[in-house]
Amino acid sequence: MTLIDLANPTRFLALTARVLPWLAAATVILLAIGLYQTALAPDDYQQGATVKIMFIHVPNAWLSMFVWGVMSIASLGTLVWRHPLADVAAKAAAPIGAAFTFLALLTGSLWGRPMWGTYWEWDARLTSVLILFLMYLGLMALWRAVDDPSRAARAAAVLTLVGALNLPIIKFSVDWWNTLHQPASVMRMGGSALDKSFLIPLLVMAIAFTLLFVTLHLAAMRNEILRRRVRSLQMMQASRVAFSSEMGAASRGQNASKEAGAA
Amino acid sequence: MIMSLGPYASFIVTSYAAAALVVAILIGWIALDYRNQTQRLRELEERGITRRSGRSALDAS
Repeated sequence: MTLIDLANPTRFLALTARVLPWLAAATVILLAIGLYQTALAPDDYQQGATVKIMFIHVPNAWLSMFVWGVMSIASLGTLVWRHPLADVAAKAAAPIGAAFTFLALLTGSLWGRPMWGTYWEWDARLTSVLILFLMYLGLMALWRAVDDPSRAARAAAVLTLVGALNLPIIKFSVDWWNTLHQPASVMRMGGSALDKSFLIPLLVMAIAFTLLFVTLHLAAMRNEILRRRVRSLQMMQASRVAFSSEMGAASRGQNASKEAGAA
Repeated sequence: MIMSLGPYASFIVTSYAAAALVVAILIGWIALDYRNQTQRLRELEERGITRRSGRSALDAS
Protein backbone atom coordinates (compact mmCIF):
# COMPACT_ATOMS: atom_id res chain seq x y z
CA MET A 1 0.00 0.00 0.00
CA THR A 2 1.54 3.32 -1.09
CA LEU A 3 0.97 6.71 0.50
CA ILE A 4 -1.25 7.71 -2.44
CA ASP A 5 -3.50 4.72 -1.73
CA LEU A 6 -4.28 6.21 1.68
CA ALA A 7 -6.07 9.08 -0.10
CA ASN A 8 -8.85 6.56 -0.56
CA PRO A 9 -10.97 6.58 2.64
CA THR A 10 -11.93 2.91 2.25
CA ARG A 11 -8.26 1.87 2.06
CA PHE A 12 -7.52 4.17 4.99
CA LEU A 13 -10.25 2.43 7.03
CA ALA A 14 -8.74 -0.95 6.15
CA LEU A 15 -5.32 0.25 7.29
CA THR A 16 -6.62 1.63 10.60
CA ALA A 17 -8.49 -1.61 11.31
CA ARG A 18 -5.18 -3.49 10.97
CA VAL A 19 -2.91 -0.98 12.73
CA LEU A 20 -5.03 0.33 15.63
CA PRO A 21 -4.80 -2.76 17.93
CA TRP A 22 -0.99 -2.81 17.59
CA LEU A 23 -0.70 0.93 18.20
CA ALA A 24 -2.96 0.70 21.26
CA ALA A 25 -0.91 -2.18 22.67
CA ALA A 26 2.38 -0.34 22.08
CA THR A 27 0.95 2.80 23.75
CA VAL A 28 -0.16 0.87 26.85
CA ILE A 29 3.21 -0.90 27.17
CA LEU A 30 5.22 2.33 26.74
CA LEU A 31 2.97 4.24 29.16
CA ALA A 32 3.42 1.46 31.75
CA ILE A 33 7.21 1.56 31.32
CA GLY A 34 7.21 5.36 31.49
CA LEU A 35 5.07 5.47 34.64
CA TYR A 36 7.28 2.84 36.30
CA GLN A 37 10.42 4.84 35.48
CA THR A 38 8.66 8.00 36.67
CA ALA A 39 7.92 6.37 40.02
CA LEU A 40 11.57 5.32 40.35
CA ALA A 41 13.03 8.70 39.31
CA PRO A 42 14.86 10.46 42.14
CA ASP A 43 13.69 13.70 43.75
CA ASP A 44 15.23 16.90 42.42
CA TYR A 45 17.62 18.61 44.81
CA GLN A 46 15.61 21.85 44.64
CA GLN A 47 12.09 20.81 43.66
CA GLY A 48 11.87 17.56 45.60
CA ALA A 49 9.17 15.14 44.38
CA THR A 50 7.26 17.86 42.47
CA VAL A 51 9.69 17.21 39.60
CA LYS A 52 7.47 14.20 38.86
CA ILE A 53 4.86 16.59 37.43
CA MET A 54 7.39 17.31 34.65
CA PHE A 55 6.93 13.78 33.26
CA ILE A 56 3.34 14.51 32.26
CA HIS A 57 3.51 18.30 31.88
CA VAL A 58 6.30 18.36 29.28
CA PRO A 59 4.89 15.61 26.96
CA ASN A 60 1.50 17.35 26.98
CA ALA A 61 3.10 20.73 26.29
CA TRP A 62 5.12 19.25 23.38
CA LEU A 63 2.02 17.58 21.99
CA SER A 64 -0.08 20.74 22.27
CA MET A 65 2.24 22.30 19.65
CA PHE A 66 2.91 19.09 17.69
CA VAL A 67 -0.81 18.50 17.13
CA TRP A 68 -1.25 22.05 15.80
CA GLY A 69 1.74 21.36 13.52
CA VAL A 70 0.00 18.21 12.23
CA MET A 71 -3.20 20.23 11.69
CA SER A 72 -1.22 22.91 9.80
CA ILE A 73 0.24 20.30 7.41
CA ALA A 74 -3.27 18.85 6.97
CA SER A 75 -4.57 22.37 6.26
CA LEU A 76 -2.00 22.73 3.48
CA GLY A 77 -3.32 19.42 2.19
CA THR A 78 -6.84 20.87 2.19
CA LEU A 79 -5.98 24.18 0.54
CA VAL A 80 -3.17 23.22 -1.85
CA TRP A 81 -3.54 19.53 -2.74
CA ARG A 82 -7.24 19.10 -1.86
CA HIS A 83 -6.40 15.74 -0.36
CA PRO A 84 -9.64 13.94 0.59
CA LEU A 85 -8.38 12.97 4.02
CA ALA A 86 -6.64 16.26 4.88
CA ASP A 87 -9.69 17.96 6.42
CA VAL A 88 -10.66 14.70 8.12
CA ALA A 89 -7.18 14.60 9.71
CA ALA A 90 -7.31 18.23 10.87
CA LYS A 91 -10.84 18.00 12.26
CA ALA A 92 -10.11 14.75 14.11
CA ALA A 93 -6.92 16.14 15.65
CA ALA A 94 -8.43 19.33 17.11
CA PRO A 95 -10.23 17.92 20.20
CA ILE A 96 -7.22 15.73 21.01
CA GLY A 97 -4.88 18.72 20.72
CA ALA A 98 -7.23 20.77 22.90
CA ALA A 99 -7.18 18.04 25.56
CA PHE A 100 -3.35 17.92 25.56
CA THR A 101 -3.14 21.71 25.76
CA PHE A 102 -5.63 21.77 28.64
CA LEU A 103 -3.50 19.18 30.46
CA ALA A 104 -0.32 21.18 29.78
CA LEU A 105 -1.96 24.28 31.29
CA LEU A 106 -3.46 22.41 34.25
CA THR A 107 -0.36 20.41 35.20
CA GLY A 108 1.82 23.49 34.64
CA SER A 109 -0.42 25.42 36.99
CA LEU A 110 -0.27 22.64 39.60
CA TRP A 111 3.52 22.60 39.24
CA GLY A 112 3.73 26.38 39.40
CA ARG A 113 1.89 26.77 42.71
CA PRO A 114 4.51 25.01 44.90
CA MET A 115 7.51 26.14 42.78
CA TRP A 116 6.65 29.74 41.85
CA GLY A 117 4.09 30.42 44.56
CA THR A 118 1.31 31.05 42.05
CA TYR A 119 -1.04 28.99 39.88
CA TRP A 120 -1.02 31.53 37.07
CA GLU A 121 1.02 34.44 35.80
CA TRP A 122 0.26 36.45 32.66
CA ASP A 123 3.73 35.91 31.25
CA ALA A 124 4.59 35.24 27.61
CA ARG A 125 4.81 31.42 27.72
CA LEU A 126 1.67 30.82 29.77
CA THR A 127 -0.38 33.40 27.86
CA SER A 128 0.71 32.13 24.42
CA VAL A 129 -0.24 28.55 25.40
CA LEU A 130 -3.60 29.79 26.69
CA ILE A 131 -4.13 31.49 23.31
CA LEU A 132 -3.31 28.15 21.62
CA PHE A 133 -5.96 26.44 23.77
CA LEU A 134 -8.55 29.10 22.85
CA MET A 135 -7.66 28.68 19.16
CA TYR A 136 -8.31 24.92 19.43
CA LEU A 137 -11.74 25.67 20.93
CA GLY A 138 -12.42 28.29 18.24
CA LEU A 139 -11.57 25.84 15.45
CA MET A 140 -13.83 23.17 16.94
CA ALA A 141 -16.65 25.72 17.15
CA LEU A 142 -16.05 26.75 13.52
CA TRP A 143 -16.36 23.16 12.27
CA ARG A 144 -19.62 22.79 14.21
CA ALA A 145 -21.02 26.15 13.07
CA VAL A 146 -20.72 25.61 9.29
CA ASP A 147 -23.03 22.95 7.84
CA ASP A 148 -21.26 22.39 4.53
CA PRO A 149 -18.08 20.36 5.30
CA SER A 150 -16.11 21.69 2.30
CA ARG A 151 -16.78 25.35 3.26
CA ALA A 152 -15.94 24.61 6.89
CA ALA A 153 -12.76 22.82 5.77
CA ARG A 154 -11.42 25.82 3.83
CA ALA A 155 -12.22 28.33 6.61
CA ALA A 156 -10.71 26.05 9.26
CA ALA A 157 -7.59 25.46 7.14
CA VAL A 158 -6.98 29.21 6.79
CA LEU A 159 -7.52 29.77 10.52
CA THR A 160 -5.18 26.87 11.36
CA LEU A 161 -2.39 28.26 9.17
CA VAL A 162 -2.80 31.73 10.69
CA GLY A 163 -2.75 30.14 14.15
CA ALA A 164 0.50 28.33 13.31
CA LEU A 165 2.22 31.71 13.71
CA ASN A 166 1.68 31.22 17.45
CA LEU A 167 3.92 28.10 17.52
CA PRO A 168 7.30 29.89 17.23
CA ILE A 169 5.99 32.52 19.67
CA ILE A 170 5.30 29.76 22.23
CA LYS A 171 8.65 28.06 21.57
CA PHE A 172 10.80 31.19 21.79
CA SER A 173 8.69 33.15 24.29
CA VAL A 174 11.07 32.15 27.10
CA ASP A 175 14.02 33.60 25.13
CA TRP A 176 12.35 36.72 23.75
CA TRP A 177 10.68 37.88 26.96
CA ASN A 178 11.48 37.82 30.63
CA THR A 179 9.21 35.06 31.95
CA LEU A 180 8.67 32.98 35.07
CA HIS A 181 8.86 29.86 32.93
CA GLN A 182 12.27 28.24 32.63
CA PRO A 183 14.04 28.25 29.23
CA ALA A 184 14.32 25.07 27.12
CA SER A 185 16.24 22.36 28.95
CA VAL A 186 15.82 19.30 26.71
CA MET A 187 15.94 20.44 23.08
CA ARG A 188 18.59 23.14 23.09
CA MET A 189 22.00 23.96 21.65
CA GLY A 190 24.70 22.10 23.55
CA GLY A 191 22.48 19.14 24.49
CA SER A 192 20.02 18.49 27.27
CA ALA A 193 20.52 20.13 30.66
CA LEU A 194 18.65 17.27 32.35
CA ASP A 195 20.35 14.42 34.17
CA LYS A 196 19.81 10.97 32.61
CA SER A 197 17.75 9.86 35.60
CA PHE A 198 15.14 12.49 34.58
CA LEU A 199 15.76 12.60 30.83
CA ILE A 200 15.12 8.89 30.11
CA PRO A 201 11.70 8.67 31.84
CA LEU A 202 10.76 11.99 30.24
CA LEU A 203 11.62 10.76 26.74
CA VAL A 204 9.78 7.45 27.31
CA MET A 205 6.70 9.35 28.50
CA ALA A 206 6.98 11.74 25.52
CA ILE A 207 7.10 8.82 23.06
CA ALA A 208 4.22 7.09 24.90
CA PHE A 209 2.04 10.23 24.73
CA THR A 210 2.95 10.71 21.05
CA LEU A 211 1.88 7.11 20.35
CA LEU A 212 -1.30 7.81 22.32
CA PHE A 213 -1.97 10.79 20.06
CA VAL A 214 -1.35 8.74 16.88
CA THR A 215 -3.68 5.98 18.13
CA LEU A 216 -6.46 8.37 19.14
CA HIS A 217 -6.03 10.41 15.97
CA LEU A 218 -6.38 7.40 13.66
CA ALA A 219 -9.46 6.25 15.63
CA ALA A 220 -10.99 9.75 15.48
CA MET A 221 -10.26 9.98 11.72
CA ARG A 222 -12.03 6.65 11.22
CA ASN A 223 -15.04 8.06 13.12
CA GLU A 224 -15.02 11.22 11.01
CA ILE A 225 -15.00 9.21 7.75
CA LEU A 226 -17.96 7.17 9.01
CA ARG A 227 -19.75 10.40 10.10
CA ARG A 228 -19.37 11.78 6.55
CA ARG A 229 -20.74 8.53 5.11
CA VAL A 230 -23.74 8.84 7.45
CA ARG A 231 -24.26 12.40 6.22
CA SER A 232 -24.09 11.46 2.54
CA LEU A 233 -26.47 8.51 3.03
CA GLN A 234 -28.90 10.76 4.94
CA MET A 235 -28.76 13.30 2.08
CA MET A 236 -29.39 10.47 -0.38
CA GLN A 237 -32.38 9.37 1.73
CA ALA A 238 -33.72 12.93 1.88
CA SER A 239 -33.44 13.36 -1.89
CA ARG A 240 -35.24 10.03 -2.45
CA VAL A 241 -38.05 11.14 -0.13
CA ALA A 242 -38.29 14.50 -1.93
CA PHE A 243 -38.29 12.78 -5.35
CA SER A 244 -40.98 10.26 -4.39
CA SER A 245 -43.21 12.97 -2.85
CA GLU A 246 -42.83 15.07 -6.04
CA MET A 247 -43.76 12.07 -8.15
CA GLY A 248 -46.74 11.39 -5.88
CA ALA A 249 -47.93 15.00 -6.18
CA ALA A 250 -47.53 14.90 -9.97
CA SER A 251 -49.52 11.67 -10.35
CA ARG A 252 -52.26 13.01 -8.04
CA GLY A 253 -52.40 16.13 -10.23
CA GLN A 254 -52.72 14.01 -13.40
CA ASN A 255 -55.48 11.90 -11.84
CA ALA A 256 -57.36 15.02 -10.75
CA SER A 257 -57.19 16.51 -14.27
CA LYS A 258 -58.37 13.18 -15.79
CA GLU A 259 -61.31 13.11 -13.37
CA ALA A 260 -62.14 16.73 -14.20
CA GLY A 261 -62.00 15.90 -17.93
CA ALA A 262 -64.28 12.87 -17.48
CA ALA A 263 -66.76 14.95 -15.53
CA MET B 1 7.84 0.16 48.29
CA ILE B 2 5.73 3.23 49.13
CA MET B 3 6.71 6.37 47.25
CA SER B 4 7.23 9.44 49.38
CA LEU B 5 5.89 12.46 47.54
CA GLY B 6 6.76 15.04 50.16
CA PRO B 7 4.73 18.07 51.26
CA TYR B 8 3.33 18.74 47.77
CA ALA B 9 1.92 15.25 47.24
CA SER B 10 -1.58 16.61 46.55
CA PHE B 11 -0.28 18.67 43.57
CA ILE B 12 1.52 15.64 42.11
CA VAL B 13 -1.39 13.24 42.62
CA THR B 14 -3.90 15.76 41.21
CA SER B 15 -1.73 16.24 38.10
CA TYR B 16 -1.55 12.50 37.37
CA ALA B 17 -5.23 11.95 38.22
CA ALA B 18 -6.28 14.81 35.92
CA ALA B 19 -4.15 13.41 33.07
CA ALA B 20 -5.65 9.94 33.58
CA LEU B 21 -9.19 11.37 33.67
CA VAL B 22 -8.78 13.50 30.54
CA VAL B 23 -7.19 10.61 28.60
CA ALA B 24 -10.00 8.27 29.78
CA ILE B 25 -12.63 10.82 28.64
CA LEU B 26 -10.92 11.09 25.22
CA ILE B 27 -10.82 7.30 24.79
CA GLY B 28 -14.43 6.92 25.97
CA TRP B 29 -15.66 9.71 23.68
CA ILE B 30 -13.91 8.22 20.62
CA ALA B 31 -15.18 4.70 21.41
CA LEU B 32 -18.77 5.95 21.90
CA ASP B 33 -18.61 8.03 18.73
CA TYR B 34 -17.47 4.94 16.77
CA ARG B 35 -20.38 2.93 18.15
CA ASN B 36 -22.86 5.71 17.29
CA GLN B 37 -21.64 6.13 13.70
CA THR B 38 -21.60 2.39 12.94
CA GLN B 39 -25.10 2.03 14.44
CA ARG B 40 -26.44 4.93 12.33
CA LEU B 41 -24.88 3.45 9.18
CA ARG B 42 -26.41 0.05 9.92
CA GLU B 43 -29.85 1.62 10.45
CA LEU B 44 -29.60 3.52 7.13
CA GLU B 45 -28.51 0.39 5.26
CA GLU B 46 -31.37 -1.61 6.80
CA ARG B 47 -33.75 0.99 5.32
CA GLY B 48 -32.24 0.27 1.92
CA ILE B 49 -30.09 3.41 1.69
CA THR B 50 -26.76 2.26 0.26
CA ARG B 51 -23.74 3.90 -1.35
CA ARG B 52 -23.73 4.36 -5.14
CA SER B 53 -21.04 1.67 -5.38
CA GLY B 54 -23.45 -0.70 -3.67
CA ARG B 55 -20.82 -1.57 -1.06
CA SER B 56 -21.57 -1.36 2.62
CA ALA B 57 -20.63 1.97 4.22
CA LEU B 58 -18.98 -0.06 6.98
CA ASP B 59 -16.88 -1.93 4.42
CA ALA B 60 -13.18 -1.40 5.09
CA SER B 61 -11.78 -4.06 2.76
